[in-house]
Amino acid sequence: MARAVSTRRKIAMTTLAWIVGLVIFFPIFWTILTSFKTEAQAINNPPLFWGFDFTLENYAVVQERSDYMRYLWNSVIIAGGSTILGVLVAVPAAWSMAFVPSRRTKDILLWMLSTKMLPAVGVLYPISLIFVEFNLLDTRGGLILVLMLINLPIIVWMLYTYFREIPVDILEAARMDGAGLREEILYVLTPMAIPGIASTVLLNVILAWNEAFWTLNLTAATAAPLTAFIASYSSPEGLFYAKLSAASTMAIAPILILGWFSQKQLVRGLTFGAVK
Amino acid sequence: MATQHSRSAARLMMTPAVILLLGWMLVPLTMTLYFSFKRYLPMRGDSLERGLDWVGFENYVRFIGSSSFWPSVQATLLIVGGVLVITVVLGILLAILLDQPFWGQGIVRILVIAPFFVMPTVSALVWKNMMMDPVNGMFAYLWRFFGAEPVSWMSDASVQSIILIVSWQWLPFATLILLTAIQSLDSEQLEAAEMDGAPVLSRFFYIILPHLGRAITIVILIQTIFLLSIFAEIFVTTGGSFGTRTLTYLIFQRVVDSQNIGLGSAGGVYAIILANIVALFLMRIVGKNLDQ
Amino acid sequence: MGRITLDKVAKSFGDVEVIPPLDLTIEDGEFVVFVGPSGCGKSTLLRLIAGLEDVSSGEIRIDGEDATSVPPAKRGLAMVFQSYALYPHMSVRKNIAFPLRMAKLDAAEQSRRVEAAADVLNLTEYLDRRPGQLSGGQRQRVAIGRAIVREPAAFLFDEPLSNLDAALRVGMRLEISELHKRLETTMIYVTHDQVEAMTMADKIVVLRAGNIEQVGSPLELYREPRNLFVAGFIGSPKMNLIGGEIAEKHGAPTIGIRPEHVTVSNEAGEWHGTVGVSEHLGSDTFFHVTCDGIEEPVTVRVGGEVDLHYGDKVWLSPDPDHLHRFDKAGLRIA
Repeated sequence: MARAVSTRRKIAMTTLAWIVGLVIFFPIFWTILTSFKTEAQAINNPPLFWGFDFTLENYAVVQERSDYMRYLWNSVIIAGGSTILGVLVAVPAAWSMAFVPSRRTKDILLWMLSTKMLPAVGVLYPISLIFVEFNLLDTRGGLILVLMLINLPIIVWMLYTYFREIPVDILEAARMDGAGLREEILYVLTPMAIPGIASTVLLNVILAWNEAFWTLNLTAATAAPLTAFIASYSSPEGLFYAKLSAASTMAIAPILILGWFSQKQLVRGLTFGAVK
Repeated sequence: MATQHSRSAARLMMTPAVILLLGWMLVPLTMTLYFSFKRYLPMRGDSLERGLDWVGFENYVRFIGSSSFWPSVQATLLIVGGVLVITVVLGILLAILLDQPFWGQGIVRILVIAPFFVMPTVSALVWKNMMMDPVNGMFAYLWRFFGAEPVSWMSDASVQSIILIVSWQWLPFATLILLTAIQSLDSEQLEAAEMDGAPVLSRFFYIILPHLGRAITIVILIQTIFLLSIFAEIFVTTGGSFGTRTLTYLIFQRVVDSQNIGLGSAGGVYAIILANIVALFLMRIVGKNLDQ
Repeated sequence: MGRITLDKVAKSFGDVEVIPPLDLTIEDGEFVVFVGPSGCGKSTLLRLIAGLEDVSSGEIRIDGEDATSVPPAKRGLAMVFQSYALYPHMSVRKNIAFPLRMAKLDAAEQSRRVEAAADVLNLTEYLDRRPGQLSGGQRQRVAIGRAIVREPAAFLFDEPLSNLDAALRVGMRLEISELHKRLETTMIYVTHDQVEAMTMADKIVVLRAGNIEQVGSPLELYREPRNLFVAGFIGSPKMNLIGGEIAEKHGAPTIGIRPEHVTVSNEAGEWHGTVGVSEHLGSDTFFHVTCDGIEEPVTVRVGGEVDLHYGDKVWLSPDPDHLHRFDKAGLRIA
């Protein structure tokens, strides 16, 4: 059991941990800070940590010039849509595998996982071709479909590991208590599975939000989400640090906040339950 | 563990997911395989309607034979290997540090994890401009402060820069997983070792490290799969120049820039095979875990 | 009413036959215990009766009606699980009321029955807590409460006491027996603990590898075990089973004698041996005596305190009236 730790040691650890933490976080902190400076102050030498003129102008300019809201909206639709669609497909599948396992369940799960490991670049052309054929290029629908498919294995796996933690006994108890399949799922399984489903949704929104291969390659103007919007800043024109910072801050802020809620699920979701 | 009735219901409910993934896997894969044996240069008038010439293994031979192939393998290995070493070593140290009792654990954890949630295009651009720019970047300022000549990171140390950026993105992942593994270590085991007179370093090498073995393997395998296909980080920084053209990026250029679909597809098949070799090891571990 | 008949019921998982065809009748109001070592198929048998598993062949009748393909919800049976299987997101009140809610009873009747059950089980003050806030024994009571409100044809218990500590287990054992006396409803109880079986059952069914080894009242099983397996399984401490020449002298390949049916003497007796470890329980003392010509130490039970020590030489004599004889196949010789 835990022992009392000497205060000296704790102070040393605290100092060290905070220094490391701040160094790692620094690029994000610096981006956020810079977004509130004027362009001239953003590249001031020495760098300004304080004493600059706090301004929100960059945010206004980014929105005005590049129609930031449209990209944001695309990101929301694509990340949200692909996740919801994925969960709808995955819940029944994960339910079956967790509660009615057969001899093939393990093989099916591993096979699903293996589809996640296909290198995207290997199938870039066929997918573009299919997209052209079905008029999906640069549409949100097309991206929703692709992102749903690439994340489906993770969704199934996460739900599966959560469902498996629900003791079968409890579902059987419900059956003995006179509940039919509908009541069993409605009154017993769903309330118990909601935390798991919520974490799955959370992690997959994050993954879809940050996906930067298909979103860059399958969109142009209309359906481009924030990943593509930020990529357009890679060719600089004059002084742009503060604006880049403002755009970046807006692109990552929502997901940073969501991400902080999902630390634990991150491990489970990305290791396929192999580390708990 | 179930009745006939529930078994048939289960099969029905699994069907949509299985069919979707089967289609997602088989259709493009078959097409890539098909193109890889064809001469397919849309810019020179080849098209599916008119039919493509069968060229056998020519694309496969030419892909490997091209002067960009081996450098791209080298770049891939350097980047993947470099990031793995950095994230695993620092990840272990960080995980041990975060496992110690100190004030503000929750906040520091959040600070350390944050980079994982930054989208690749943002982290690449932020590092390229705000950190590594030879004139206005934070590093340039630090270098000048210590009287050194600022480095043109993206051209003179391009591979190192990419490794640094990608490591920053993946360090949180490694740390989180290793931290979870450390926390699952039975404290009685450590206390027993302490009772047996094992000093701190031996406890680390004989108990903590072996306990982390599985987690480290998983970190390495999963990261390898993701790292083999990093794209955006290169796309928005060097665009594949200055020795940062990885296998993935080379294939991308063959398909998108030079529009040589046959050649790109052959490269794609190589990439798929490579990823599957890594995946095989990962599946083994995950599969064993399923059996419990 | 709760008369349950199993007619040639068998169960296989794939190619593995877990339960070969067996017949069994459980009378209305009986307390029947399925007992056997782990993996003997006792839980599977219970789940077949519950309807949580399909039978591979055979027929299950409840009160004369074929229930073989009736879903569990419609069989009118209630089950108490080893893990209690309480709904973690519901209060105790809602847990107990759940079967009534499923049966669409009106709210007033629901709460009347829940309160009555809570009263019987001393749960009244915990009704608004979540299962997570209760102790093991209290959870066990909630699980029983959920079963009794339904007024089922029979109760099924799947090792309900194995997650409790020793002291609580004795208490709950009495409570369940008490409940059975009061409700007079059929109860089927699965356990691997032969003490639970002996103390609670009207009828014990001893199972091994899916086969019924013997069915009978606790005392029948104690007095006349049908074979070596039952002889060794029922009774604590275990019956001494002796083979070789010594058994031949009594006219059987194997003989069995319970520890309480051996007398100890300092002067004379049938078997000579050395006292090994002794266990003093206060009321009883168990000696483990290593005898000449007998492989295993013989366990002897002596009432009260006896002045024997490690290494003492003693004589043992089996009581001939309580000597069990078994043939080569392990079956009792009458």
